Amino acid sequence: MKFSLEWLKYFLETDASVQEIAAALNRIGHEVEGIEDPAEKLAGFRVAEVLTAGPHPDADKLQVLSVSTGDAEPLQVVCGAPNARAGMKGVLGLPGAVVPANGMELRKSAIRGVESNGMMCSVRELELGEEHDGIIELPDDAPVGKAFAEYSDVSPVFDVAITPNRPDCMGVLGIARDLAAAGLGTLKPVTSDPVEGEGEAPDIRIEDEQGCPAFYARTITGVTNGPSPAWMQRRLKAAGQRPISALVDCTNYLMLAFGRPAHVYDLAKLSGPVIARRAKDGETVEALNEKTYTLDSSMTVIADDTQVHDIGGIMGGEHSGATDATTDVLLEIAYFDPEAIGVTGRKLGIASDARTRFERGVDPAFLDKGLDILTSLILKTCGGTPGAVARAGKPPVEPTRIAFDPKLTATLAGVDVAEGEQKRILEALDFEVAGDWQVTCPPRRHDIEGPADLVEEVVRLYGLDKVESVALPRAEGVAKPTASPLQLTERKVRRAAAARGLNEAVTWSFLPTQKAQHFADGADLWVLDNPISEDLKAMRPSLLPGLLMAARRNADRGADTSRLFEIGRRYFRGADGASDEKPTLGVVLAGEKTLRGWSEGKAKGFDAYDAKAEALALLEAAGAPVDNLMVMAGEKGGAGAQFHPGQSATLRLGPKNVLARFGALHPATLKAFDLDGPVVAVEIYLDAVPARKNAGFARGPYAPPALQAITRDFAFLVPADLAAGDLVKAVRGADKQSIVDARVFDVFAGAGVPEGKKSLALEVTLQPGEKSFAEAEIKALSDKIVAAATKQGAELRG
Amino acid sequence: MSTEHEQQVTDTLERLHSADSVDQVEAIRVEALGKQGWISQLMKTLGKMSPEERQQEAPRIQGLRTRVADAVEDRKAVLEAAALEERLASETLDLTLPAPATPKGSVHPVSQVMDELAEIFADLGFSVATGPEVEDDWHNFTALNMAETHPARAMHDTFYFPDTDADGRRMLLRTHTSPVQIRSMVANGAPIRIIAPGRVYRSDSDATHTPMFHQIEGLVIDRDIHLGHLKWTLETFLKAFFERDDIVLRLRPSYFPFTEPSVEVDVGWKDVNGRRVLGGDGDAPGHGWMELLGSGMVNRRVIEFAGLDPQEWQGFAFGVGVDRLAMLKYAMDDLRAFFDGDNRWLTHYGFSPFDQPTLSAGVGAKA
Repeated sequence: MKFSLEWLKYFLETDASVQEIAAALNRIGHEVEGIEDPAEKLAGFRVAEVLTAGPHPDADKLQVLSVSTGDAEPLQVVCGAPNARAGMKGVLGLPGAVVPANGMELRKSAIRGVESNGMMCSVRELELGEEHDGIIELPDDAPVGKAFAEYSDVSPVFDVAITPNRPDCMGVLGIARDLAAAGLGTLKPVTSDPVEGEGEAPDIRIEDEQGCPAFYARTITGVTNGPSPAWMQRRLKAAGQRPISALVDCTNYLMLAFGRPAHVYDLAKLSGPVIARRAKDGETVEALNEKTYTLDSSMTVIADDTQVHDIGGIMGGEHSGATDATTDVLLEIAYFDPEAIGVTGRKLGIASDARTRFERGVDPAFLDKGLDILTSLILKTCGGTPGAVARAGKPPVEPTRIAFDPKLTATLAGVDVAEGEQKRILEALDFEVAGDWQVTCPPRRHDIEGPADLVEEVVRLYGLDKVESVALPRAEGVAKPTASPLQLTERKVRRAAAARGLNEAVTWSFLPTQKAQHFADGADLWVLDNPISEDLKAMRPSLLPGLLMAARRNADRGADTSRLFEIGRRYFRGADGASDEKPTLGVVLAGEKTLRGWSEGKAKGFDAYDAKAEALALLEAAGAPVDNLMVMAGEKGGAGAQFHPGQSATLRLGPKNVLARFGALHPATLKAFDLDGPVVAVEIYLDAVPARKNAGFARGPYAPPALQAITRDFAFLVPADLAAGDLVKAVRGADKQSIVDARVFDVFAGAGVPEGKKSLALEVTLQPGEKSFAEAEIKALSDKIVAAATKQGAELRG
Repeated sequence: MSTEHEQQVTDTLERLHSADSVDQVEAIRVEALGKQGWISQLMKTLGKMSPEERQQEAPRIQGLRTRVADAVEDRKAVLEAAALEERLASETLDLTLPAPATPKGSVHPVSQVMDELAEIFADLGFSVATGPEVEDDWHNFTALNMAETHPARAMHDTFYFPDTDADGRRMLLRTHTSPVQIRSMVANGAPIRIIAPGRVYRSDSDATHTPMFHQIEGLVIDRDIHLGHLKWTLETFLKAFFERDDIVLRLRPSYFPFTEPSVEVDVGWKDVNGRRVLGGDGDAPGHGWMELLGSGMVNRRVIEFAGLDPQEWQGFAFGVGVDRLAMLKYAMDDLRAFFDGDNRWLTHYGFSPFDQPTLSAGVGAKA
């Protein structure tokens, strides 16, 4: 909310400076977002009199003026305004002044060869309005030489953020009251004598008591609408409210000064009784913003026999709005139900000053006074004869009473405030404090619900800065570990991935629907109702799309390689419509694994084994038993349609529990993400990694064997489609005691190997126990190995 | 005899001296010391001598043998050294050529800062809690004292889903980490001391706002926790996080439906070459205040919604932007870059995996 110092001082007697007021506002919870002092912008502009005006020798449209600013010597000024003439008074910008409208600094200069010592200014140049047809003309009594800022009585403007719980401060009076309570001055009494009306009260009725509990009105006949007086316009403009006409300005003035919206109808446009009722479904109204709204039966309106004239408490209707031709008016001041206003406002998508106030709750005890003030303002500015007041319904003025224990201030806020001071603060805010600390709240304070709210009032005015820091009680000894198992896993995996040369990215949780769909695997995506853009719409079912899009952006920027990972959630629908979010690690390796180099030769891309290496290393960091994992490849592997069917697999613990998928991406995926291949990826399902049970600090017992292990090589011919892993597993299982490792060191097919076969060479490590192997024992182990391999369809090569 | 031998030794030594290959040296050695070599032959004559003769001859012949053998070894060593030197000279590498490249990974600033915060708050006795990001409106709003018609709901710029859950609650993306307060109190009761870091969402996007960002929530519920504890906690945490003792806070009354009283917290900063560096009194010359976090005493209604008795339990909560903390501490000025995955940015602003924050090393990682 914006208001000028001058307006504030209308309500508050104070000597405080602008800075002191701003500091106090911040201190008591009205955050000052800005202070603008127009006087600063008008420095160097003075009231001046044009003494003589003559033609410019070299330009038809220019005149050469002799201008007095009260100093001994008049100044010569070149001016192009058609209304510049001898004897007029205007505003002269002297050299050094900066024109507010364009930021140009004025200088002594020559215009078409004639010296000019400043500029006579237009309204627009000084940002006082839009007019730019000529220079400002001041009244004859304007004192020549006076600073224009002082003459025009501009006043600093505060821009204050009013929190939604304080509608009572959405008027200057409310702010003045808070400042007075904070000790910044004295609140001036608001005088408004009741205006006695003559003649009949208007016929008004309430049919919707829920939405509109109270509706007061009166007529004023014989008004003359036109521009509002300068003092009112100045205050409205300072508050950011454009003056419209005297009648409308008066209602806006009431709203901005007292936080009280009201409405003025052109009486001539109304017929029959004026009724606060529910709208009919489908009923329409053209509002003052020139948009037509379709209403429904949940909305409260003000209507007559023929049509809706006001969306109650939100926006008036165009048809009966005040115009320059208006002579008779009906003033409406009503109390609308805050919740209903909120619902209607949201449904219609109308944000108005009236809605903001009604939705948060206006002062229900301010109807009569508000109507009197509005009537007085209109009578003063537009003339006319007021009618008697009609009152339908009753506003909810029953005050809240709270049994308050002043000790609560210390308990909740940790600050001791003397009981007398607490009482003073509350009473300064119009709370009534009885001897037994029964506190009666002013009805305008809808935000006060219980004792904690009173503590807040006391503390904010006493001073939050007086709250002393008090250390939280600390558990004895060294701080205990607090990280959750998932947090520990994520930390390890994250730092392991970074140590392996991957860059951690954080990408959006939401994706373009199409990109999400590509990874959905038939899952029903969470798609936002109101996305901010089509690119941020569907919750990700996988971490890979976001990383692939990042890799694409990197490629566009000329990157040779992207090694990216992310740890985050995948979002699925769970049971009962709740969210099922799965902690996941995604890795994407795109571009060149090794750049072309003097020793490496040609650039080399990533392949599925790179993905496998990351998958296993990171699973190990996540605490998965990587030695026991099954690699399931191909169709049955279930890595998913996004992967190359022949170059991808899942890693499983047992046949069902999939811990990860990895491999090269399918060309269709690359196409969908506009990437050049090959690109490989890993996704690790962190929630599928089993927790380590009963892990303590003690390691299993181990002593390095005293005897040296020996190795033996075996070359087998196996069916071409036999997975090497199966052969290795069989060989390792041939003697669990002595065979400690089996490693494939050669894979070969082609010349010398029969069609449909391949050669797999294994180096097997044999570990003797108590004593060295005898030849016969080695022979027996070899036989076991060959026998185990044979079961897999292998035959020993000669 | 002996002069003849002397002459022969002298010849041999001379030849050894001029030998220019190990092979030549070996040939000379065989000639003298090989099985059929003349010195070896001489040695054999010793056996046939009389003891007296042998006593006289043996040292002499041994002497000859030693002189030749030593000379052979010396010459061999010289020649081998020369050969080695020559070989090494031929093996010279241009070590200005680059070594094989190993990729350097990095930890994202948001993760790093979350680890730092976890470390600091662990020392203050806070454990880490989490909750879903796709929330229902009861946890995100109603239980936090924002009824359906509450104007503050509209100010949250909420992303909604078309769904409702089994209880008819509207599903949405959480607008803050505060619903974790409710979930933690419901699940674990009181007393409680938690932080809840995570992603939050607002349908807001401009130079300084992204529709997704990170928050960390703090919650302390106990029997006699008051605003003074809140102030101490925030001061202590910010001093530890920024590793500066001159952090000055300014508490301003504010409004959040879920706290009462509500407190907005500004931190003093100083202009250092056009950059705002936290520290110092915001009212001092060249200084200012920036709004950093929202907080307050948990509203008794929220405590009730979470199933606790507000007569017995009270406490405070606060929330702060993690990305914002990261930007302030590590001097990053573009929030949007956090979520772009640009290799260059990640490499520049990311952290080494070995910068795991610890209290003993200081939680921050120096540039």
